[in-house]
Amino acid sequence: MAVVEQEQAPLELESGEGQITERPLGAFTRPGDGGGWRSWLFTVDHKKIGIMYGAAGLLFFVIGGIYALFMRLQLARPGNSILSAETYNQVFTMHGVVMIFLAAIPLGAAFSNYLIPLQIGARDVAFPRLNAFSFWVFLGGGLFLLTSMFIGGWWENAPDGGWFAYSPNTGVLFSPSKGIDFFAIGLQITGIASLVGAINLIVTVLNMRSPGMTLMKMPVLTWMLFIVQMLLLFAMPVISVALFLLTFDRLFDANFFNVAEGADPLLWQHLFWIFGHPEVYILILPSFGIISEIIPTFSRKPIFGYPFMIFSGIAIGFMGWGVWAHHMFASGIGPVAVAAFSVSTMFIAVPTGVKILNWLATMWGGRIRFTTPMLYATSVVAMFTIGGLSGVTHSLAAADTQQTDTYYIVAHFHYVIFGGIILGFFGGFYFWWPKMFGYFLSEKIGKSSFWVMVIGFNLTFGPMHILGLQGMSRRIQTYSEGQGFDLWNLVATIGAFLIAVATAMFIANVYISWRAHRAGKTPAPGPDPWDARSLEWMTASPVPEHNFDETIEVERQDEFWHRKWGKDETGRVVRRATSEEVAHDGSNTNVHLPSPSYWPIVAALGLPIIGYGLIYNLWLCVFGGLFVLGGLYGWVFEPVDDPNADGHHDDDDHEHSDEPRAEETDENSSEEVSVD
Amino acid sequence: MKIVLRRFPLTETATDQTSTDHSEDHVSTLGVSNDKLGMWVFLGSDCLLFGGLISTYMLYKDRIGPDDLGPEEMFDIPFTSVSSFVLLMSSLTVVLAITALRRNDIRRSRIWLLSTAILGAIFVGGQVYEFTVFYREGLGYTTNLFGTAFFTLTGFHGVHVSVGVIMLMSMYIQSMRGKLTSDNEEKLEIIGLYWHFVDVVWIVIFTIVYLFPQ
Repeated sequence: MAVVEQEQAPLELESGEGQITERPLGAFTRPGDGGGWRSWLFTVDHKKIGIMYGAAGLLFFVIGGIYALFMRLQLARPGNSILSAETYNQVFTMHGVVMIFLAAIPLGAAFSNYLIPLQIGARDVAFPRLNAFSFWVFLGGGLFLLTSMFIGGWWENAPDGGWFAYSPNTGVLFSPSKGIDFFAIGLQITGIASLVGAINLIVTVLNMRSPGMTLMKMPVLTWMLFIVQMLLLFAMPVISVALFLLTFDRLFDANFFNVAEGADPLLWQHLFWIFGHPEVYILILPSFGIISEIIPTFSRKPIFGYPFMIFSGIAIGFMGWGVWAHHMFASGIGPVAVAAFSVSTMFIAVPTGVKILNWLATMWGGRIRFTTPMLYATSVVAMFTIGGLSGVTHSLAAADTQQTDTYYIVAHFHYVIFGGIILGFFGGFYFWWPKMFGYFLSEKIGKSSFWVMVIGFNLTFGPMHILGLQGMSRRIQTYSEGQGFDLWNLVATIGAFLIAVATAMFIANVYISWRAHRAGKTPAPGPDPWDARSLEWMTASPVPEHNFDETIEVERQDEFWHRKWGKDETGRVVRRATSEEVAHDGSNTNVHLPSPSYWPIVAALGLPIIGYGLIYNLWLCVFGGLFVLGGLYGWVFEPVDDPNADGHHDDDDHEHSDEPRAEETDENSSEEVSVD
Repeated sequence: MKIVLRRFPLTETATDQTSTDHSEDHVSTLGVSNDKLGMWVFLGSDCLLFGGLISTYMLYKDRIGPDDLGPEEMFDIPFTSVSSFVLLMSSLTVVLAITALRRNDIRRSRIWLLSTAILGAIFVGGQVYEFTVFYREGLGYTTNLFGTAFFTLTGFHGVHVSVGVIMLMSMYIQSMRGKLTSDNEEKLEIIGLYWHFVDVVWIVIFTIVYLFPQ
């Protein structure tokens, strides 16, 4: 069957020969796949979208890191005056918001988008255009938030209420700049992105698994990401409500947080933390999933206690909804509530402990290879255990009352967020980089940057435990000499710069390894460089646009592993086939793929415009609204598959008829491949 | 040792997995189409949006100034009962539209589709009228906590109904252009799911907001 590879300018008019003209909104053709920037801007390919999520997430991670470095510089010595108190408030708020909403969530989304369809053996996600939409909405919302740094003056209008923005403190009365408006509307926009992405991936996991892939055969990573999407699905509307209430208060004089009218100051805290605590698990579970793939691969053992891993993940997902008020022990919620939430907080440590023990048991007796991904994965187990244990100390309400708003809290959540999440993501980068881009990242630079990062991380956040217990409050702009804070603050600042060095080494590694790959100095990774277990390794590297050459029949958990390895008569594990024999080579171009589309990015563009309109001039909202509405209408009435599909991978006998095509099924009927 | 790996043809499934607008040839793991499952998942999420708003309203409904009118004095139960009845009837008409479309009875499906949209519009109109009356009686959006919470909650519901009316009218226009037939009946079914959800939410709001204070 012929493969039509032709380029078409995106705005080119139809030739008139097309048989179906279902284009109610004008004469636009679909964007062609001409390569270059257009193939990224209008793509609906889950892999490209995943890579863009990753790139944007890393960019925001660097920006958030720069904020952190300025904070550490300011706190390096007592009585420093690099940042004024007003600027410091904005910088720590932006650090938190950018790191959580624009770095950690999107990096999780990068792995979800790229890996979920591959791990379940699917062609793409359930709604490819919705996927593109959610990425562009996220990027628009993120950039919208960042512009608050310089719109209306340099560091005049950035949010300054902390990442959880407690109202009434964030009302117009106490926070008169436009910063909180940017915060509320920006997070509302990125929330839409997360919600849409969650719907998409939930449907993908539920509905698009390849034949035989039952839920309990899915890889642990897919399971964890699925739980994350469930949490996003139910947590996002709650923060949406809170942000709506705050926006209405600030822009339209509503009374939700107007204490003078008798409003309840705890309303925001409850709404925020009902979202905020599941959010913690939204952040950590992708990393748990990533290391659950890395550790078995490099221990050469299946994951220990697979059902326990899954059900402890589900348990975390459920119990995460019942612990939110432990963030509020100091706010006077009453002894019964405090006791109940103390107990539930202690309980949620149990499923997490189960996971830690299972990872250890997976490594136990395994043939461990300490590659860079494995180093990161094992460090996650260690660092997260420290962060988890300091977390359990917060469940003791009496102690927590003392620790609230001290650096002890900062130390705790950085051990879980940086030590648990960011280290896991870096491990994931090293692990899947050959799969995504077709070349290895240098192990040498990788290992040295790992050690710099882990040492820097512990130097930064370890001393904060001590600082906190000595009584140093978080969010203070400076401190005076002679309180015993000087030494540990200096150490933390040095550590923070080591983390920056390690991040720079990672970025340099990407470039250097790419250069080496281009020069042909490094070997090609092949489909399965690590002798891994799940389906994404069963196709070529980098993954071809159509993912798999044919649908994979799944019979067992770790299907790919079992196709490569089996047992002989004596029960010894022997290789049955090489990875190259089992994996698809990506040569099947005869696959019909969803066509690229303009509409997702058009619709997404309208949202930040509406945001600026709400803050500065309501007329802009009309303009932005037209973008959204036009984009959505163009989208809804555009067929998913271009009837005149001009892109490549065109299946030339694909028609939308429901008559079975007998001759075709015969032609392709199951061929049998025997492997010795 | 010999193992047989079966390779299956991709043609049918590959097409089906990525196309979402052809319900008739769908092969999905759960047997329900992606579009419909997506709507169900979205509605699950929307429950929590209204959950948050209703909780806020419950918290604030009695927080009024000493001279302000409270919920008991403000609400006109007979009027809202009639508009609630109108909205609930629209759930019936949308079902009639779907079944007519399934029989490929395009003319009837158009009539029921249009009447659903009109009933929805009447409900929204009633809400606008009600809001105006309340405002004239002295309950503005910023008057007190009760007003703020009430207008926000019912306003969000009104926006949901309006979005539904817009979708129904779009379907009606599609039908007039001959694009809505029994082949793509699922489109209307999915909008019907949304429409029923909006109605069910109204039953909850009507009970909690209007009937409880009485």
